[in-house]
This record gives sequence, structure tokens and C-alpha cells, in this order.
Amino acid sequence: MTHSPQTIEAGEMAHDEGQQHPIKLYFFVWGLLFVLSAASYWVDYAQLQGLLRWSLILIFMTLKAGLIIAVFMHMAWERLALIYAILLPPLAVIGLLAILIIESDYTAQTRVIEFGQGAVAAAEEN
Amino acid sequence: MEHPLQGQDQTLQQQGHSGFAADWGSDQRAFKKVSWGKAMMWILLLSDTFIFACFLVAYLNARNSTTVEWPNASEVFALHIGGANLPLILIAIMTFVLISSSGTMAMAVNCAYRKARKATAVLMLATAALGAAFVGMQAFEWSKLISEGVRPWGNPWGAEQFGASFFMITGFHGTHVTIGVIFLIIVARRVWRGDFDRDQRSWMSAGNGDYEAVEIMGLYWHFVDLVWVFIFAFFYLW
Repeated sequence: MTHSPQTIEAGEMAHDEGQQHPIKLYFFVWGLLFVLSAASYWVDYAQLQGLLRWSLILIFMTLKAGLIIAVFMHMAWERLALIYAILLPPLAVIGLLAILIIESDYTAQTRVIEFGQGAVAAAEEN
Repeated sequence: MEHPLQGQDQTLQQQGHSGFAADWGSDQRAFKKVSWGKAMMWILLLSDTFIFACFLVAYLNARNSTTVEWPNASEVFALHIGGANLPLILIAIMTFVLISSSGTMAMAVNCAYRKARKATAVLMLATAALGAAFVGMQAFEWSKLISEGVRPWGNPWGAEQFGASFFMITGFHGTHVTIGVIFLIIVARRVWRGDFDRDQRSWMSAGNGDYEAVEIMGLYWHFVDLVWVFIFAFFYLW
């Protein structure tokens, strides 16, 4: 079977080697995910509070998510065009998050001003 | 390997539904060397990301804007085992089960590309079993909370939005896990039968030796695990 340049490219797309990576790497990431989960569970168990708690939770979360996407979902070996198409749009969510955090503070303040110390007090008045 | 449409004159394009199928199934690729199946799964997962993000952001907004105290997840999801009160223990077990299922799935994809047919099918079934265990534990968690009086409109410990957020977010995630388990079994059955080793095209396989369906299935499954990472952080630990 002779290949024209185009069909060679087409043939490579679906088959051939695919995403083959050393099995050791998968085991390593698997173990790392276990350790990171245990660490985030420990944050709760040790009753850490405030900024330390939130930053640790976010760091462990980001590391876990990054490992799953990069290695298990093979994103690290995909074409940059696909990586950008998938990873950039969710960043817009941070904008949504910022808007809604500002809005939620405003709502909470309004409720305190209008209804007193809280909705419980407001319910008792009714 | 010759594609049916390749080299065909532009004026001879098919019309109607066969034309639609031919257009979408043709080699007009934006992501070079990324198959259509994989690109479409990524796009599905991107849209799913936005849905889950909307749920989580809405929950954080509700939690932030209520003047009533938010229930302490650490206590709500604690279990009494052997006289000891273990905070979040069920959630921890569920997390480890789901991560393990991601591990077995990654192994399955690896075996698939080495064309180890039976090992692939067995690993996929192990993934499905772990996923089913996860859903089972979630059912236990739901019935426990419902029996304690948690409803979408209220709960015994504080802010009413807690119930709505809990059922919405974990329910939508559990649905994804359930769909994943069903599809894992379907794909595993095809792998076991050797469907992908025959020189036969189907919607899952381009023919002999094309095991990419296993990787695409894996993308979905890892995504389910990925979403749980965010739910675990924002809903249970926050």
C-alpha cells in the first residue's frame, strides 16, 4: 500500500502509537494524588483556620487538578492549539467568580442593614 | 486508509443527512493529528466544565451572601465508627476510591495502546466497579442526610441554601459517575469481544487496532475525578 503525503498524515492521526507513556509515570502520579488528597484531608483534620487553611486547600486542589489534566488526560503531550482551546476559556470563570464575590458581599451587607443581625432575626419578626 | 471522501471534487458534495455526516466526519481538522472523537470529547468536557463552574460559583455566592451561619461540613459529614467521631471520613474514602478508579483507567488506556485486549477490559471493569462503589457511598450519604432532615429548602444546622447546593452539586456529579460506569461497561464489553481488533469500522473505532475509544472514555472518566477535586475542595473542605 502506497501512501500519498496526505494519507500518511491522516493515517497517523487515529492509530499508530497513540498516547503511550511509561507505566511508571502513571503509578507515580497515582501515588502523588493519594498523598495530596491525604494532605488536604489533614488540613481539615488539624482544624487549620483562616488564610492558611484556604491557601493550602487551593494549592493541593490546583496540584491535583494539574496532575490529572496533564498526565492522566495526556494534555501535556497534546498540540498547543488544543491545549489553549480547552484551558483558556475556563479562566473566564475567575472573572465570574470575582463579580459574584463582590455581589455576594453587597447582598450580605444589604440583608444585615435591612433585616438586622440576620435572616433568623427577620424570620422571628414576621 | 483512503478516506471515502478524499480527492472527491468539491462540486460532488453530498446533500442532506449523509452530507451532514460526511462534513462532520471528514478530515477538516483544526487540531492537527487530534482525532475527531478526541476533540469532540474535549469540547463536551469544556462545556461540562462551565456547567459545574456555574454550580460551584453560585454555591459560593449563596454561601457568601447569607447572614445565617453555614453548616460545618466537617461535622455534617462526620461518621461515628467504633465510638470515635471521624470528621469527613466518608468523603475521604470516596475521594480515595475515585482517585484509584482514575489510576486503573490510566492503566487501561496504557494496555489498550499496547493492544493487551483482556487486560484493558479487566482494568476498565475494575474502574467501573470503583465508580459504582463511589455512587453507592454517595447514595448512603444522601439517605443519611435526608433522614437527618436536609432538604433543598432547609436543614437543621443553618443556612437553607446548604441543602440546595449539596443536592445540586453532588447529584449532578453522581449522575456523571453513573453515566461513566454504564459507558465503561459498554466499551469494556467491546474490547473484550475484540471489536477493535477486526478490520471493521464503527462509530467507536476506525478499524483494526484502533483503540482510541478507550482513551476517549478515559478522558471522560478522569474529568469526573477532576470535578470531584473541586467539589472536595470548595464544598467539603472550604
